[in-house]
Amino acid sequence: MQEAIARHVRDGDVVVIEGFTHLISFAAGHEIIRQRRRDLTLCRLTPDLIYDQMIAAGCAKKLVFSWAGNPGVGSLHAFRRAVEDGTLELEEYSHFGMVARFSAGAARLPFWSLRDYAGTDLPRVNPRIKSVTCPYTGEALATVPALNPDVTIVHAQRADAQGNSQIWGLLGVQKEAAFASQRVIVVVEELVDEGVIRADPNRTVIPAAIVSAVVVEPWGAHPSYAQGYYDRDNDFYVAWEAISREGRSLQQYLEEFVFGVRDRADYMRKQPMLAGALKARAQFCAGVNYGF
Amino acid sequence: MAAVASRELQDGEVVFVGIGLPNLACNLARRTHAPHLVLIYESGAVGAVPERLPVSIGDPALVTGSLMVCGMADVFQLFLQNGRIEVGFLGGAQVDRYANINTTVIGPYEKPTVRLPGSGGAAEIAIHARRILIVAKLSPRAFPERVDFLTSPGHRVAKVITDKGVLERDAQSGELLLTGLYPGIAVADVQAAVGWPLRARPRLDRLDPPTSIERQLLRDVLDPQRLYLTS
Repeated sequence: MQEAIARHVRDGDVVVIEGFTHLISFAAGHEIIRQRRRDLTLCRLTPDLIYDQMIAAGCAKKLVFSWAGNPGVGSLHAFRRAVEDGTLELEEYSHFGMVARFSAGAARLPFWSLRDYAGTDLPRVNPRIKSVTCPYTGEALATVPALNPDVTIVHAQRADAQGNSQIWGLLGVQKEAAFASQRVIVVVEELVDEGVIRADPNRTVIPAAIVSAVVVEPWGAHPSYAQGYYDRDNDFYVAWEAISREGRSLQQYLEEFVFGVRDRADYMRKQPMLAGALKARAQFCAGVNYGF
Repeated sequence: MAAVASRELQDGEVVFVGIGLPNLACNLARRTHAPHLVLIYESGAVGAVPERLPVSIGDPALVTGSLMVCGMADVFQLFLQNGRIEVGFLGGAQVDRYANINTTVIGPYEKPTVRLPGSGGAAEIAIHARRILIVAKLSPRAFPERVDFLTSPGHRVAKVITDKGVLERDAQSGELLLTGLYPGIAVADVQAAVGWPLRARPRLDRLDPPTSIERQLLRDVLDPQRLYLTS
């Protein structure tokens, strides 16, 4: 992880760590904090706790997003403080708008058109949301510009050594974000033989051809989750409310759990109860016949 | 509120489920009068049958046993923009006279008094779902004459389910009218809790409190940890 972040994430980069509730690479976010990257433009649909931590650590210059809350709990306090103090630049869309930006980026088109934003105040505060007249029907459609990040970091359940990555459960917008990006880091729970990938090719979401680095980091998504590996740590999401409410307790958290550990294995050793409490129960699917 | 909201859903409908009380209402409906309700979450779970109440709309319990899991580009393009969603369920920090919703900022956008989470999928749900239901607690701050920021337009809102009564959008004026009351609540109680001169329909519906079955399901099965329920 240390090497992958050192090589592929640079000061001033446009960085995406995607994953909708599921498979959010906290391990990569923590390594970016440890390496004290600065002036990043952080993009994600839901900044979640990981960007709240990166904002608090001073990594972010700008946030591009569509929903900034602590899901099911309340606010992201570091984000709110930064906005209310005017120290964080914002570029705000809706979820569909962000998904459309990644879709355009992945298809290497300059923009994406969508039926959205009519009657809302979003285009008024974000001049990058524009409109176009359909050349076939004359309809006015909203447009959003392509998002082509410098680097996208995706957590996956498994990959082979080349980076062919398989994801199941919620898929979010990882495929589009990865294809839109100049560089892609894949972080996985398990490294598997190429044969495992080839036995079930429909489950591959990100092909090796677009992957710059593969990092094996079990539990790398905690407190987010990995379907079939471990559950979401909802208690931590609730605890974050109290930790992040004051800048000082948030900085103490970063000192202890980010700067105070070398890597994810170290982070898990520090919290020996987690693995037992969150490990997923087995519920396998039957598999299908790929023969011809 | 959860019980009244759940009764608005008809069996077999396709509903786009939001976080919080809508989540509770949809799962209550699925376990009572609407077992064939198709729950779609913006996270990509289609036909979800969560065996525990999802804390977030991306909970792993939404995946296990669902009919389909798709990426979010498919959720927004193939389901929502395609017109496949019959009911959208939204909440909001502010709801105004014309049922417009604000989930973005209180105060001016550039220098907000309170920064809220933002749209998420709410803007496009409000634009594309055929019928919008809003669940929100009444107070003059939450129901101003005009929202500070218009996140989601109100023109497809059918009903606003509150803790005191139900408001419906008048087809002609587009304005919200009081149309139903819980037992023991007076018209004046509701009028005092909104920031504009709220008109009441001449004949008001009486909203039944939760049945014993609904109450038991809500308290003992769906939300035993009181994630969303207050009592």
